[in-house]
Amino acid sequence: MKSGFPQAAHVALRDTQLRRNLALATTTIRGRRATVTGERPDWEELRAAGAAIKRRVLRHLDRHLLQFEAAVQQAGGTVHWARDAREANEIVVALVRRTGALEVVKVKSLTTDEIGMNDALAAAGVRAIETDLAELICQLAGEKPSHILVPAIHKNRVEIRDLFRRELGIPDLTDEPAELAGAARVYLRERFLDASVAISGANFAVAETGSVCVVESEGNGRFCTTLPNTLITIVGIEKLVPTLDDLEVFLQLLPRSSTGERMNPYTSLWTGVAPGDGPQEFHVVLLDNGRTNVLADEVGRQTLACIRCSACLNVCPVYERTGGHAYGSVYPGPIGAILTPQLVGTAEAGSLPFASSLCGACGEVCPVKIDIPQVLVHLRGRATRERASGGVGERAAMAVAARTLGSERRFRWARRLGRLVQRPFVTDGKIERLPGGLSGWTSTRDLPAVPARSFRDWWRSR
Amino acid sequence: MNDTLFPEVGIATVQVLERLGHDVEFPEAQTCCGQVHLNTGYQDAAADLARRFVRVFADEEIVVAPSASCVATVREFYPYLAEQVDDSALAREVEAIVPRVVELTEFLVRHGGVTDIGARFTARVTYHPTCHSLRGLRLGDAPLALLRAVDGLDLVELPGADECCGFGGTFAVKNAETSSAILDSKIENIVATGAEVVAAVDRSCLTQIGGGLSRMGSTIRTLHVAEILAAAQ
Repeated sequence: MKSGFPQAAHVALRDTQLRRNLALATTTIRGRRATVTGERPDWEELRAAGAAIKRRVLRHLDRHLLQFEAAVQQAGGTVHWARDAREANEIVVALVRRTGALEVVKVKSLTTDEIGMNDALAAAGVRAIETDLAELICQLAGEKPSHILVPAIHKNRVEIRDLFRRELGIPDLTDEPAELAGAARVYLRERFLDASVAISGANFAVAETGSVCVVESEGNGRFCTTLPNTLITIVGIEKLVPTLDDLEVFLQLLPRSSTGERMNPYTSLWTGVAPGDGPQEFHVVLLDNGRTNVLADEVGRQTLACIRCSACLNVCPVYERTGGHAYGSVYPGPIGAILTPQLVGTAEAGSLPFASSLCGACGEVCPVKIDIPQVLVHLRGRATRERASGGVGERAAMAVAARTLGSERRFRWARRLGRLVQRPFVTDGKIERLPGGLSGWTSTRDLPAVPARSFRDWWRSR
Repeated sequence: MNDTLFPEVGIATVQVLERLGHDVEFPEAQTCCGQVHLNTGYQDAAADLARRFVRVFADEEIVVAPSASCVATVREFYPYLAEQVDDSALAREVEAIVPRVVELTEFLVRHGGVTDIGARFTARVTYHPTCHSLRGLRLGDAPLALLRAVDGLDLVELPGADECCGFGGTFAVKNAETSSAILDSKIENIVATGAEVVAAVDRSCLTQIGGGLSRMGSTIRTLHVAEILAAAQ
């Protein structure tokens, strides 16, 4: 098992600036989401509809994918199928090479982060430029995004000013948000005008029409999907919806759940190639990369319904304290804790399902009703079974506990033994320090000592 | 946990139920619902404890537990567990027992229709709705209704009440630092209320909160709601 969440969280928790930034940002978005979902009397019905559509799509995914492929081809686009990250990157690199471009502009896309596409392009001598403001900030800082929707949530504006002064060569820049955005705007406009190739992900892909939908706040994505001659879109196979009508549900659920807006500023929807207007070459790469394995698990498959709104991150007490980097995964927070181990396996990400107090706040806000706590518990079982979690000590302790609790007589004896063993640790009826695996508890918390009389002793003495 | 570490919670529960005229049994063969094993990933061991639970309580009319998280385990996870270990007999027994397993305040208010049980407890109290009682069992304000009816009790609202205390069972040990960071906020909010007592319906969460309060030398006490309801000082 590689170094896991607890070790990474140890570093993050010590960064007080990070914790302040996170607490402020998540609390703000949380409040906004609560307001705009609370004002809809039919919010629960919308959630139920979103959940139902997504689950139906997953049941008939094979059919929808073929229908989508045919529709894209019909509209003048080309469809490629990628089994994994390597295949997807090979396809994209080959397509970019054919155009001769040395620079591509990118629409914010988690899926391209998931497959490490920027690195693959760099290895082929192509520079990928992130055009989402927050993604650009992360790229200039040489950091990974730490939030699905607000990738630079871990940075405040003073930190961003310093970064822009250094990386964009504007020494007299102030930390006024408008001025920071203006600097990025000038830099990005030049990139848009130069670019001949753009790469995007997709929020939704419509099987019936072959349309692709991208939802954003800044409009930079729309520059990418309209100006360059070639557009390449990477679509995770779970992103399909059957018909355009189904978008009605998701375009209400997504902005309210993610940014806490009633409607997002830019919704771009395009279908194949329109001669003389926009990109004249359009490619879709349909990506599996572990998704069919997720689909095979009856409990875990609901994870694929996720529309990446990040509401679960913003309400998560763990995420609020550690931030996204501690998850060591493109998908952080509660959704990352269930999606990543299923995509990459428990050997890689076995500590993630345990990075939760199972408080249930995530499941309650999920717009497509993914029972995240249930999947967390489910994956804990898998991680333990596959020996990706729990050392020798834990396994032994759990086995002894199970045997002890399997018999009332052994249970009584264990209590007596506990009273004996605790003696050296007890002062004034409490335990302030414990050895080994339990030292984590007593590093910040006392524990009451096992009292002389148990409940069942009292019960018997009545 | 209540049996071994916090016998006063079990005693208070019996006293409250008997005061209301219920006939209380304590099947001594019971041990643990298996929540710890389940949440730590040991599903086979948890299933064994689930089999024990349904056997021990099979003939009881209603099973009342002074712990929301134990009830939530039975209600929300036993059906899942039976399916995971592919035990159809267990699945049938779970289906039969689940409607009869209830949390104490849920039993008093929703099943019994009482909120005032004649308790008297003079203190400034704040109430922490635990995650399993709030989002799992959806107890709503059943525990609050009971507390409001207690004579002499001054109930003060807890800021950020619906946020987790950071306990989470073995999470508190496996991710001790994150758990403690979450606890810090909870304690800050509790201290801000000026309460002398923080009450909840899960002794496990109160162990986390009480452990942190004790470490910082606070005099704020943690009490299970049952203990307050049983008080007649």
